[in-house]
Parts: sequence; structure tokens; C-alpha cells
Amino acid sequence: MTAAAEPAGRAARNKVMARFIDNERLLWPALLAPAIVYIVLLVGFPFLLSIFYSLSSATVATSDIHFVGLENFTRIIHSDTFWRSLWNTIVLTVISQFFVLVFAGILATALIKDFRGKWLVRLLILLPWVAPISLGSIGWLWIFDSIYSIINWTARAVGLFGEDFWPIWLGQPNLAMAAIIVVQIWRILPLATVIVLAGLSSIPQDIHDAAEVDGAGFWRHQFEITLPLVMPITLVAVLFGIIFTFTDMIVVFVLTRGGPYDTTQVIASWAYFTGIQGGDLAGGAAISLFLFPVLVAVAILFLIAARRSEVT
Amino acid sequence: MATVEARQLVKAFEEVRAVDGIDLMAREGEFLVLLGPSGCGKTTLMRMIAGLEQPTAGDIVIDGRAVTDLPPRVRNVAMVFQSYALYPHLTVERNISFPLRAVGMSKEDIRKKVDWAADMFGIRRFLNRKPRQLSGGERQRVALARAVVREPAVFLLDEPLSNLDAKLRNSARDELKSFQRSLGTTTIYVTHDQAEAMGLGDRIAVLNHGRVAQIGTPQDIYLRPSDTFVATFIGSPPMNLIEDGDTWFGFRPEALVPAAQVPEAAVRVPLRIKRVEYLGAEQLIYGTVEGRGGDAAAIARIPANLDIGVGAGEVCDFALSRHDVQRFDRNSGRRIAEATS
Repeated sequence: MTAAAEPAGRAARNKVMARFIDNERLLWPALLAPAIVYIVLLVGFPFLLSIFYSLSSATVATSDIHFVGLENFTRIIHSDTFWRSLWNTIVLTVISQFFVLVFAGILATALIKDFRGKWLVRLLILLPWVAPISLGSIGWLWIFDSIYSIINWTARAVGLFGEDFWPIWLGQPNLAMAAIIVVQIWRILPLATVIVLAGLSSIPQDIHDAAEVDGAGFWRHQFEITLPLVMPITLVAVLFGIIFTFTDMIVVFVLTRGGPYDTTQVIASWAYFTGIQGGDLAGGAAISLFLFPVLVAVAILFLIAARRSEVT
Repeated sequence: MATVEARQLVKAFEEVRAVDGIDLMAREGEFLVLLGPSGCGKTTLMRMIAGLEQPTAGDIVIDGRAVTDLPPRVRNVAMVFQSYALYPHLTVERNISFPLRAVGMSKEDIRKKVDWAADMFGIRRFLNRKPRQLSGGERQRVALARAVVREPAVFLLDEPLSNLDAKLRNSARDELKSFQRSLGTTTIYVTHDQAEAMGLGDRIAVLNHGRVAQIGTPQDIYLRPSDTFVATFIGSPPMNLIEDGDTWFGFRPEALVPAAQVPEAAVRVPLRIKRVEYLGAEQLIYGTVEGRGGDAAAIARIPANLDIGVGAGEVCDFALSRHDVQRFDRNSGRRIAEATS
């Protein structure tokens, strides 16, 4: 009896399942729900909370919160550190993304070719992206260390640095910024390379062949055929790079903590130091909100540009 | 105008020899068709002529000059691809002018040439459009205009009509032939479609397994196929082959007619009818013939208004003229020269 009832029960369950899957009115909310819950809880709620905090007097020390209007914002705008952080953020983003774009283009062009050991090179290039950012950054921390820096020791060993030349990479403002930029390039490059590589491999071989037969030399081929055809997807890669650089603080946090004397502070790290370490929740929220309109504008601009340059 | 030669050409891809020793010459101004089933090496051969593929051995000679080691751009050949390979981000005008800009021609000359080529294919009104805004037939004309515009020594066309619908294909074939005639440019045309090959080619090279099975005029190929491969590859339905001792006994379906239609001295072929297919102007009679090696399938193609007066399962007396009979060697498949009688 039970042996017969069991498959019957399973059949009924399968039927219910099939009916559920066939019912589009039930299926799509069910499939979308996890994403919506995730966005509401982990993006929407903190976002609204930070707007609320930025207009209040919230600190970690007291539960007595009252509304202060735009006071936090005016305080920030009148702070030197804000302008320096904003400048640093822009410098970091623009310079790192410029080099990411150039290097990703070169790497992807090389990697699209067939050669022995290609998979190994691809793997190595992807590694920085797969490794945890903080772990990679700590590796760089040692590379830039004031005593053990492998760069300094190597340069001295081969005679590039003289006896009295010993840069303190993370201790001098300009060098520290350069170091941060280098690590940021190292971090973003794999993703950009993979995206540009995908763009390159989506160009039909016929198009390249036609350009060859039509007499295009190397540069004409690159600039008149290949580059315009990978432009839409490259813009998306740059957009990702900008957002990841603009909103991120891990590299700055691990390498310099914004120092020396706030000279390498970026908006995101300064918001963290103010709001979490300094306990000024309202101030931290107000600083981080400065990022929002800028990024929305950048995203819209890039998506429009990508749409424009799309060809098929 | 130029001659194009392949000398002892071989192309090996790892284990496979896609082109296995081809000797071939396209004469000045000739329309030469490379015809063969897929995988016969015809596209590889064309890509080697264009310079897109480096031969494993042998030489490509254009106008008496060996170009084997030269890149495509100095060979002065133009190619039309099956996919047309238009540059999707450029306007029709920029597509057509691309080869001219690549050689650094002056702006004014470029404009004149583009107008000339665009007029030839009636696409002047599309000059400012992007390829995605054009229909298949229009794209094909743009591809042709791009090939013609710099007046190359050789045209290479790789199945340029196969992406068009059947109706358009006929008119495009006609236009293709007339523009090639008027320009007189040596043209090599790759196709797997025998009707296209027959209609377009001054000569046809039939390729099989990376070798030239036969090269000749459409009449040569059809009437005097060099082996059983060519005999059965060309013609639709293909040539009937019936085992006869150590030879194949071959004849075209249209040569097989009711016995009453053939004068004396004919070869009698009793055909057991299986099925009749009515095709409008003609009908195909499917049947079997008793050969020395057992029953063999045969097809007769006769005018539709000819009533054979017998139904399926019955035997009907068919016959052939003696000069319609061809013989091939059983082992090699090679044609056996007609005994002069």
C-alpha cells in the first residue's frame, strides 16, 4: 500500500511543481524576489539610512538624534580635507583608468592571438582579480615597505639607486599617491582585459580578413576597424573601473590609511574614517553621499555613449 | 586584368590536407568557378590566393609574379565574402571608400570612384546608411561595390549569393555576370551550387578532397565528366550509374526516354517503375534497371506531357542513344574514352 502511495504522492508533487513553473504570473515574482530582497535590505535601506543620518546629528556615542538640516554638508564643504579627498579621488580614478584602458587594450590584443601556453598567461592575468583585494594589497604593502621594499633593494643591487637614494614609497605624499595608483591599476586591469577580450573575440574574422584584403595596414586596421567595434563594450569596462575606483577604499586603507597627513585620503576612505573610526555617523554619511550624484551622472553618460557607438 | 595560378599548392591543417596539390590557372579576364562539396578545399584555395592563408607548399602566381610570401594588401585582389563582411560601424560610403583610403587616394578622386561604383550597383541612395539598415540584397551590392571600386587585378568571390533568397539569387547572378563581362576582370568564384557554377563560369574547376577532379567548360563538365565523382556531383538528378562487369555504365536522366522515341541502333533499358514525380515542365521517373550486378536504381527525366501509359510496379521499355552512354572504370572511377566507331 505505502509503496504504491509513495510514487503517487511524488507524481502529485511533480504536478504541483510543473503547474507552478508553467504559471508565469507566479513564476516571475518568485524568481525576482531574492534580488529585490537583497537590493532593498542591503542597498536601499542603508542608502535611505545614510540620507537620514546625513541630515541629523547622529554619532555613535548617543541615541539622542535630532534634525540639523544641511549643516553636515556645509561643514564638509568648508573642510580642506574634503577638497583634497575629492581631488585625490579624481586623480586616482582618471590616471588609473587611463592606464587600465591602454594596458587592457594591449593585453587583450596579445591574448586574442593563438600561442603556446596562452591559458597560463590568461590565468596569471586573472589572478589579481580572483585574489582577495586586501590580501593583494598587503602584498603590495611589503613591496612598498620602507625597510624591506623589494623595489629599492633590487634597484640598488643593479645600481639604479645610488647609496644615498632610498625612497620611502608610502611616506612621501606624491610617491604614496603613485603607489596607490599602481596598485589600483593592478587590481582593475584583469577585469578590463577580460571584458575587452570578449569584445575583440566578438568581431567576426571575416571583418578582419576584409580589412586585410582591402589594404589596411596595422594602424588603420586597429584604429578604423578594431577600436570602433570594441568601443561599446570598452566603455562598459571603463564604467565599471570608474565605479570600482571611485567608491573603493581598500587599497588606500591598507597602504596608507589616507596618510601621510591626509594627503592620500579619498572620499570613500575619509567617509569611513570620519563615520566609523571617528564616530561621527552624520558626517560620514554626508561625505559618502557626495559620491552618489557624481556616479549616477558618470553611469548615465557612459551608457548613452555605449548605446551611441553600438553598431548592430 | 591578370592571370592567377596555383602551382603544386598544398595546405595542411594538422592532420588534414585541405588542399592537396592543386595546379590551376585562371586566364586573363576569365570567370573561373571553383565548385565542390563542403570540405573540398575550395574556400581554403581562395583564401590562399587572397593571402589570408599561407600555403604549406607550392606557389601562388598572379600575373606572372609569385606572391606567395606577400601580404594580401599588395596582391591587388578584392574579395567578397559570404557574410559580405561589411564594416558595421561605417556608412556605405565609408565602406566602399575604405580600400581607396588605405592606398591614400585624394579626397576628390575617392568621391568620383565611390560614385562610379555606387552607380554601377544602383546603391547611390544608400551611401549615408549603415549596413544594418540595408536588406540582404543591398548589402551584397555594397560588398561588390567595395570590391570593384579600386579596380583590382582579380576578384575573389566566396559564395556571395548564398545568403540571398532564391528569387533574388537569380537576378543577382545575372547582374554579376554582366558586370564581370563589362569590366573584364579575372574572377574566381567559389560555390557549392552547381546551377550557379554552370550559369556563371567560363570554366569550372570541380574540386574533391583537396584536388582538382576536372577543369573545363560547363559543357565539358556536364557532357564528359572525367570520373564518377564529377558525373554524380554535377546534374540534378545526377547521372545514372549501373554496374556492368568491370565498368560503370552511365547516362544522364534526360537521355533515358521511352523506347518509341529513340531511332534504331539504341540501347534498350527496361525500367521497372517505382514512382513518378511531376515537376511542372517535366517529370522524373524513378525505377530500377536489371544490371549484371543486380538491380540498380535509375531515374529518367522526360517532358511532363509525355504519357508513358504504365503505372508503378510495371516494366516500361526505355532506351538510350548510343552516344549518350558513358563508361567508367569500376575500380578507379575514371572515364573510359569512347571507342571511335
